[in-house]
This record gives sequence, C-alpha cells and structure tokens, in this order.
Amino acid sequence: MVVLVKHVPDTEARIAVAGGGRSISEEGINFVLNPYDEFAVEEALRLKERLGGQVTVVTLGPERAKEALRTALAMGADEAVHLRDDALEGGDALSVSVALARALKDIPFDLILCGKQAIDDDSCQVGPRVAELLGIPQVTVVTKLEVDAAARTARAQREMDGYSEVVETPLPALVSAQKGLNEPRFPSLPGIMKAKRKEIKTLNLASLGLDASQVGRAGQGAEVQALEVPSRARRGRILTSDPPAAAAELAALLRGEAKVL
Amino acid sequence: MDFRFTEEQEMIRKLARDLTEKEVIPKVAEWDASGRFPRELFARMGELGLLGLPFPEEWGGAGADTLSYVLVLEELARGSLGVALSYEAHVSLGCTPLYLFGTEEQKRKYLVPCAQGKWLACFGLTEPGAGSDAGATQTTAVLDGDQWVINGTKCFITNASQAEVAVITAVTAKGMGTRGISAFIVPRGAPGFRVGKAYDKLGVRCSDTAELIFEDCRIPRENLLGELNQGFKQFLKTLDGGRLGVAALAVGLAQACLDQALRYAQQRVQFGQPLSKFQAVQFKLADMAAELDVARWYTYRLAVVKDEGARITKEAAIAKLFASEAAARAATQAVQILGAYGFSSEYPVERFYRDAKLLEIGEGTSEIQRLVIARELGC
Repeated sequence: MVVLVKHVPDTEARIAVAGGGRSISEEGINFVLNPYDEFAVEEALRLKERLGGQVTVVTLGPERAKEALRTALAMGADEAVHLRDDALEGGDALSVSVALARALKDIPFDLILCGKQAIDDDSCQVGPRVAELLGIPQVTVVTKLEVDAAARTARAQREMDGYSEVVETPLPALVSAQKGLNEPRFPSLPGIMKAKRKEIKTLNLASLGLDASQVGRAGQGAEVQALEVPSRARRGRILTSDPPAAAAELAALLRGEAKVL
Repeated sequence: MDFRFTEEQEMIRKLARDLTEKEVIPKVAEWDASGRFPRELFARMGELGLLGLPFPEEWGGAGADTLSYVLVLEELARGSLGVALSYEAHVSLGCTPLYLFGTEEQKRKYLVPCAQGKWLACFGLTEPGAGSDAGATQTTAVLDGDQWVINGTKCFITNASQAEVAVITAVTAKGMGTRGISAFIVPRGAPGFRVGKAYDKLGVRCSDTAELIFEDCRIPRENLLGELNQGFKQFLKTLDGGRLGVAALAVGLAQACLDQALRYAQQRVQFGQPLSKFQAVQFKLADMAAELDVARWYTYRLAVVKDEGARITKEAAIAKLFASEAAARAATQAVQILGAYGFSSEYPVERFYRDAKLLEIGEGTSEIQRLVIARELGC
C-alpha cells in the first residue's frame, strides 16, 4: 500500500501572504501531517494489521516535509519516500501529480490511499490526477473501506448529500479518505523512537527521470496570480427588535443589502 | 549550546499535547470533583509507551531523553496536575530507583512491567514523623532468616493504592541516622502490607494519595534495593530527578493559568474595553509570562544537563523552587483576573489555584529547597 501525504500548516496557524504576493509566509507557522492524510495512513495501517503487507508513505515538498513522513512512520508506516528537489517546488496539483505518478511507477502497490484534500490549498486534485496518470480506478471521499484480498477488489462507501453510495472497484485503485473513515491513532512513544531510525528515501529530479519543464512551477497548468488575506471588516449583525419586526428587517436586508433574494 | 528541539522531541510533545487535549481536559473536572484516579488513562498512557519513557528499551522503556520527559510532564500538567503528578511519581520516584539501583533480576521483575505500563509504582519515604527530616525515619526493617520484616507507616504517598509495587525506605541500622537507612522493594500483596485510607485533599484531587502500612510485613531478602544502608544517598539522587520533574509540572500549570487568564482578559469587557487593555491587568499577565519563560527554559536546560551526567542537586532545587512559586503566583493572579468567575468552578482556574499549592509542598517544600540551595552554596 502507498499513502500519499502532505505537510500543511496546522488549522490554528495565522496565515500571512509572503513577499511577492503569490505564496504564504512560512514564518512562525507550525506544519503538520494533513489531517485527511492521517485518516489515509490509519486506514492503511489497519489494512496491514488485518491483511499483511507494507505501508509506504510518499510526499513531495521541501525539507520540512520530512516531518510529515516521520509522523506517518511513527504511527507505524514501514517506509517513506520524499520527492525533494527545488525544481519540484512551487507547482500546482498537475505538476505535483506528474512527479508523484512517476515515483509510483517504481513502488509496487495494490492500493493507494490519500486524503480527500489537503487543508492548505483545498484543490482535491492530486489523488484523482495521480490515479488518472497511472491509469487505475479511483474512489474519492470514502468513509468506509473493505478490501477483499483474494478477489483483489475493494468496496468503498462514500457519504453523499443525503445518501451514501457503495462502490466496488478492482485493485489496484486509489482511495481518498474523508473524515469518519476511522479515528487515527496517536503515534506511540516506541513508534516515535523507531521512526527516528527508519530511513527516508529521497528522490530528486534526476532519480525520478523527469525533466524540469514537466514539474514544479514550469510544469503547472494553472498559475496563482495573487493571494489576499480576507478582510476582517465583515462582521455579523444581530437584529434585536421583536421577532415579527426582526423577520421583516432581515428580509429587507437580504433583499436590499446582501442582494441574495 | 543548541536550543532547538529535535524532531523526536517535537513529536513526543505533540503526542502528549494531543492526549491531554482529547483524553484529559474533557474529563478533568469530573475527576477533580469525584477525586477518582483515572486508571484507564494510565492504561492508555502505558499502551502509548509513556509510562517507561526515559528507561532503556531493554527494560521495557522507550529510551527517550529527559527533555522529552519534561515536555510530557508539562503538557499533561496543562490539563491536569493530578494526572501529571501521578505520572511523575510513577516515573521519577517509583521507577527511577529501580532503574538506578536495582539488580538485573529486580529490574526484570519490577521495572519492566512498570515501564511497559502494566503496573504503577510508588515511592514511600515520608512518614508521620519524618517528612522534610528524612533522617528521622521510624519504619524499621529487620532481617529474619531469608526475609526482611518491615514495621512502620508511610504517609502522603502518591499512587499508594494504585501501585503494584512500592519502593520504600526503612531503618536497618539503629542510631546511625541517615547512614542507617536502606531501600526495599515491596510488591502489592506482600504479607503484612496494606494501604490506608485515601486522603481528602485540597488539590490534585484525582491523584491517588494514601498511607502505606507495614505490620510485620515480610519480603524476601533479595528485595533490598541496592546496597545496605545506602538508602539515604539513593533517595537524595532520586529526589534530584523528582524536583526537576516537579519544575516541569509547575511550568505546565503556569502555562495553563496564563492561557486562561489571557483568553478571559481579551474577551471580558468592562468600562467599554477588554480587561486586557487595562494596565493593571496587563502587568499581571506580563509578570506571569516573564516568570513562566524563565522557569521553562531553566527547566529545559537542566533536563539536558542531567542527561550529560552532571550532579544537579542545587539546580534541581532552584528549578523546583522558582517554578513552583511562579506557578502558585500565576494561579493566584489568574483567579484575580477572572474575578468572581475565577472563584467558581465554572472556569478551571479555581482548580489551578488549589492544585498549585501542592507544588510548593511535595517532593521537598520551598523551605527545604532553599535549605538545599544554601547548603550547596557552602553555608
């Protein structure tokens, strides 16, 4: 099994735009393993405990991204691969997927797991794109997963708006994890100590056999033009008149000011 | 000097923080009200490898360093000083003497299950007539054939009724004062050994505190811990580590006080502005932050120094004295900033206030710390 992970700012981080206006400033930000990826790692570990096999975690990112791999190793993953090259940086979901898919050609797998999205750019694209590039089926936003190792199939449940959908797919396939799939374990202390001794394999552009034009900023499909911090001026308003008057006032505001009616 | 945490220290801190936020903070008010020791939490901590944190893997531990241990104590104490204190007593006071002075056989038999988290350990030193003055120990141990016969009572023992094994001190050579004390390992269930009634305490209410009572208690001869008549020296060394641990607990509690007081001061509006805009409140918060930072970094540094093998008697006393008094001041000021809310159980600061007092008393009172420091200065 392979789990794709990303190192992202934690949800409490105060985001500031970096100089240049196209990226966020990393100063003073605490980075963590993307929470949806934690579900994916946990699910892979549970499958391993039930069915055997190996769990390899893969990330693409700067040097600090090793911490995300180390966290997954501490939870119990067996191996870690870090796609690390300045040329790979600054790209979008397309160029990241190209690099990841290339790396996955050399890692044997029956199943790829990943989070349904990274909580930093929320693009939700890398998992599906990797599956497309590898030519394997994908099931996204999964809250329940059953694997039949003998039949080489997986049944996945997806929570939709108001109903749930059960999808069966042959393996190998890619499954993206939604909250509710499981409750991720804490990495245990012995796990943390062992993770320190596990080797993280680093792949650069040359070892991936990719050209700089295919990856990173050069290989991206969409370009960020500008980043802006949302204005904080928008404040809620509380209508304090008695209910019939407040309702009339609300309707007037929704029509006249918010222009949504 | 490198003051950056290693990746592993960061991960251990995060583990302790996540555990505290998910499994301690939501339940701590109930534990405090009922005075119930959350044994199930300690089982969980055992599974996560925390109960053997600093001991080598060959003895069932995780082999982490003292700074990692300090970080875990700090995080736990942010959530519950009672839980953190019981954890500290297990590791620093119960397990450490087994690790430092035990034979291979004793470590295999007693340290391993403790470090693996299957057992809890306690340390019996204090007696009704011998607290700060440990030389006045009354409990006796007399060799009778192949058994030691122990008589006496230990009081205010953390983890007493929960522990599967106790390390205790007893007089083995009458009239020799501190040079006539030895340490013994007493497993739960030893004939003649029982646990007295639990104390009803002002603070750290979910930490288990009771008496250990020995009435012709018989333990095998091989349960002498380390060498005969070396007990006093042994527990002084044990207490050095314990005091560093208490300093870490104080740092965690002081942080919790600052967090609560700052959040409240920023939200509570009086006379048209948040409390945090009033200089009288700002100065309290600034003092809390300043003392906390000094206590924290002194404690962190001392953890590193300890692992370098240095003797830390004076420094551990300084850390414990300063951090515990800083925590007590922080708790007092936090209650003051929250006003009437601080006085009610609606907010946790009243618990912090009650808990903080213990830090100035347990594992050597503030007065004893000053005495140790003065003695180390050559007074």
